[in-house]
Amino acid sequence: MALYSEKVMDHFRNPRNVGVIEDADGVGEVGNAKCGDIMKMYLKIDNDIITDVKFETFGCGSAIASSSMATELIKGKPVAEAMKLTNKAVAEALDGLPDYKMHCSVLAEEAIRSALEDYEKKHANG
Amino acid sequence: MIYADNAATTKMSEAAVHTMSALLADTWGNPSSLYTAGQKAKEALEKARAEVAAAIGAEPREILFTSGGSEADNQAIRSAAELGKKAGKLHLISTAFEHHAVLHTLAKLEKEGFEVTLLPVHEDGLVRPQEVADAIREDTCLVSVMYANNEIGTIQPIREIGAICRARGVLFHTDAVQAVGHIPVDVLLDNIDLLSASAHKFHGPKGVGFLYAKKGIRLTNLIEGGAQERGRRAGTENVPGIAAMAAALTETIAAMPEVSARLAMLRDRLIAGLSKIPHAALNGDASKRLPSNVNFCFEGIEGESLLLLLDDRGIAASSGSACTSGSLDPSHVLLAIGRVHDVAHGSLRLSIGEDITEADVEYIIRNVAEVVDYLRGFSPIWRDLVAGKKEFIL
Repeated sequence: MALYSEKVMDHFRNPRNVGVIEDADGVGEVGNAKCGDIMKMYLKIDNDIITDVKFETFGCGSAIASSSMATELIKGKPVAEAMKLTNKAVAEALDGLPDYKMHCSVLAEEAIRSALEDYEKKHANG
Repeated sequence: MIYADNAATTKMSEAAVHTMSALLADTWGNPSSLYTAGQKAKEALEKARAEVAAAIGAEPREILFTSGGSEADNQAIRSAAELGKKAGKLHLISTAFEHHAVLHTLAKLEKEGFEVTLLPVHEDGLVRPQEVADAIREDTCLVSVMYANNEIGTIQPIREIGAICRARGVLFHTDAVQAVGHIPVDVLLDNIDLLSASAHKFHGPKGVGFLYAKKGIRLTNLIEGGAQERGRRAGTENVPGIAAMAAALTETIAAMPEVSARLAMLRDRLIAGLSKIPHAALNGDASKRLPSNVNFCFEGIEGESLLLLLDDRGIAASSGSACTSGSLDPSHVLLAIGRVHDVAHGSLRLSIGEDITEADVEYIIRNVAEVVDYLRGFSPIWRDLVAGKKEFIL
């Protein structure tokens, strides 16, 4: 049996939405280098809709695949819906992750939430 | 595929495969049986014992066959501890970067009331003989220092450490799993009392190894039962595996001078090529290392993704990152030589074998550089480092 599902390997080999949004409306970074995983998410939000999303990840294959899948799951969605993204949804969309890699999907959920909270904070102030 | 993970396991040699197949088919008697078929198996077993002994300068009766390096490590340390206990000596000395077969056995002994000192291995990955001498106490019953490290390949000053132990009357064990068959090992010249080795690291089969115990050292059984192996390791011997191990070892040692010179040359070429990658560093001393071992840390990337992408490009290698170890911490070896977590996660071990060509070496250098560059391209750590928001470690 392979280490990862085909879906994980596809998103790892060809990650979607990689990069940076310079004038992002929300940015979130979670994880730390000590544990070996850092995810950073950039959101462009227009009229409460996530019009663009990019990510940067330092981490293992499943961390990169989880970031990629998470961005796909929230792209074009309303903020309120993206807020409800769970790590389970990310893992399921990837056709599952090994048990000891589930924390990668948790990190992806947290990164998205952190970026959305950053947006809401700026939005409330602005 | 370019197989660059020979420290994990090696491909069986033709001689080993041939020996094993022939014995599986024809010499399946029980070596403890008195009839001809049994005695033929016994002959094969004792021939193997003589060959293995000769390979490390030992006597046949000093060789005990085991299921591998881990069992040999366990039995060596456990035996020294039992002997120590009888003499009221409950202190053991080892190093911070031993294999877990040694470290976990020592941890278990600590719970049983023994005291363990783990010596530092310094930035170069080398144990200092003087520090061994300084650590030995009246109640020290064992010093255990690996011959060559499995991750960073550094070769320890075994002969000097052995001489110190001998002079102080302390048993000396070495986990030589990565050394036997790769560099010259001689238990007499090296002042070794106990030595562990594993067949599959030198082109023999998996599930076989041996423990050398200098005559006069009473071993403690890990497995109780029949009187096999002079009563020190019960269970019908794995005759085909043992014979294949001896065949592999004899062949490997005969070819060693030529093979190791060539590998050392290719190793140095790999080190020179990979050193050109910015913010990369070789782990362990550059010259006092196995001819097969190259180990680097690359800042800003994580090892597992590096390995997966290298695998896609036909290169099989290994890493000390947490993700490949199944724990949250990166390799204890890299931490022991002072690499901080951030860079220890980005490590790559290449352990080359004699099949490797010069073209393979060039291919590895080019592809590692490309993959490292690609992964850094979307690493938030790398972005911060380049932007000057964080300071480079390497």
